[in-house]
Amino acid sequence: MAGSTGTVGVLALQGDFREHLAVLSGLGASARPVRRAEELAQVSGLVIPGGESTVMDKLARTFGLAEPLKAAIASGLPVYGTCAGLIMLADRIANPIDGQQTLGGFDVTVRRNAFGSQTESFEVDLDVPEIGSPAVHAAFIRAPVIEQFGAAVAPLASLADGRVVAARQGNLLGTSFHPEMTGEQRFHELFLRIVAAA
Amino acid sequence: MSDTTTNEQLGTSRVKRGLAEMLKGGVIMDVVTAEQARIAEDAGAVAVMALERVPADIRAQGGVARMSDPDLIDAIIAEVSIPVMAKARIGHFVEAQILQALKVDYIDESEVLSPADYVNHIDKWKFDVPFVCGATELGEALRRITEGAAMIRSKGEAGTGDVSEATKHIRTINSQIAALTTKSPDELYVAAKELQAPYELVAEVARLGRLPVVLFTAGGVATPADAALMMQLGADGVFVGSGIFKSGNPVARAAAIVKATTFYDDPEVLADVSRGLGEAIVGINVADLAAPHRLAQRGW
Repeated sequence: MAGSTGTVGVLALQGDFREHLAVLSGLGASARPVRRAEELAQVSGLVIPGGESTVMDKLARTFGLAEPLKAAIASGLPVYGTCAGLIMLADRIANPIDGQQTLGGFDVTVRRNAFGSQTESFEVDLDVPEIGSPAVHAAFIRAPVIEQFGAAVAPLASLADGRVVAARQGNLLGTSFHPEMTGEQRFHELFLRIVAAA
Repeated sequence: MSDTTTNEQLGTSRVKRGLAEMLKGGVIMDVVTAEQARIAEDAGAVAVMALERVPADIRAQGGVARMSDPDLIDAIIAEVSIPVMAKARIGHFVEAQILQALKVDYIDESEVLSPADYVNHIDKWKFDVPFVCGATELGEALRRITEGAAMIRSKGEAGTGDVSEATKHIRTINSQIAALTTKSPDELYVAAKELQAPYELVAEVARLGRLPVVLFTAGGVATPADAALMMQLGADGVFVGSGIFKSGNPVARAAAIVKATTFYDDPEVLADVSRGLGEAIVGINVADLAAPHRLAQRGW
């Protein structure tokens, strides 16, 4: 698989980027951290990890990465966002902090911390037809949910109450949960297939 | 699209440790008012630590330092959307119960407050909320993890602005871990005895080459260079206590320390963010502190 995907980047401004790099490397992909625009130019796909979206947003803008990222997404760069990464990809945040911006591209409205404080964080098994059997064991940590989505967005998984927690729109993939934390590799495999086909 | 197939599990080790994983590469800032919490979030703090007095003031004013007023914690939780941590006294499991009821995101069982129990720490497995605990060396870190801590911070010497103890503690922990990785399986039994920690946990650290939880540093970090020093020494992130709001320009210093923590290995960025920050915390040299006033020696 590595030969067909080129080098895949992981946004390394803050968060659990090392875990994503480990999953991608474990799948045979060439993976590297990305903190600068010149590093972004060298990758054929990008994972935006879990972390704090407010922090990633500020650092991306301060260090001149936000505009190149928006341009890359607009020109079709495959991007997979987990948790905070999904928030960064969303066109709209239902409850941003003052001045918070996103990269956008994903025609969804997300709600940050949709479940409340950390004591409401949880693990659960999710059926994800796109991924197949067995069920995905998912960790939700102060996680967001997708509240609304446009016609181009395909929801991939939802909780028992119907709230959407995984979706795809063309080359963009987003999950509210953290496959990189539970030994789940199939979302990264799906993402590498998207990168290879792009 | 389809429904979930099993029930949700709350308060698991994975989600407790997992929140700390999400804080990596970030700066956790001490705040004593909602206004300071707002400044911290705007500056790019990855979480805030809500407390009534920063360690420098606890030192200066003396007296017994306790858990914060619930009204203060409520006000800070209402003000920001990033995780809110709060401190309980070592061994004071009722303060921890109260903090969990207040829905803080993390509890710091902290030597910065006056210990409530000079023998036992809190049984942290009993809680859904995760705990971070301080450590000066590997055995102490492993004992806290055994009690249920989901995150470790090296202690440093809080409220001094002197980074030397933080340096000593992170170096000590990491060199002890490195030493474990070179030991043969039969030597790990003695290592466990010497570290006063369970064999299984010692063997796990030897295999992983790191702690099974996130390791931040704390205690005396005052400048962007201090934060980058901690990161280059192998910390996953930093706590900054008195160093921000006891400095001349908290807004600029907080943002600069955030940038330095992300670009900790880039001296040009570090030089740039170190400019124009005004006065750092005046500080106290740890060498001038009499032993009874060293907070890092609390905890066992």
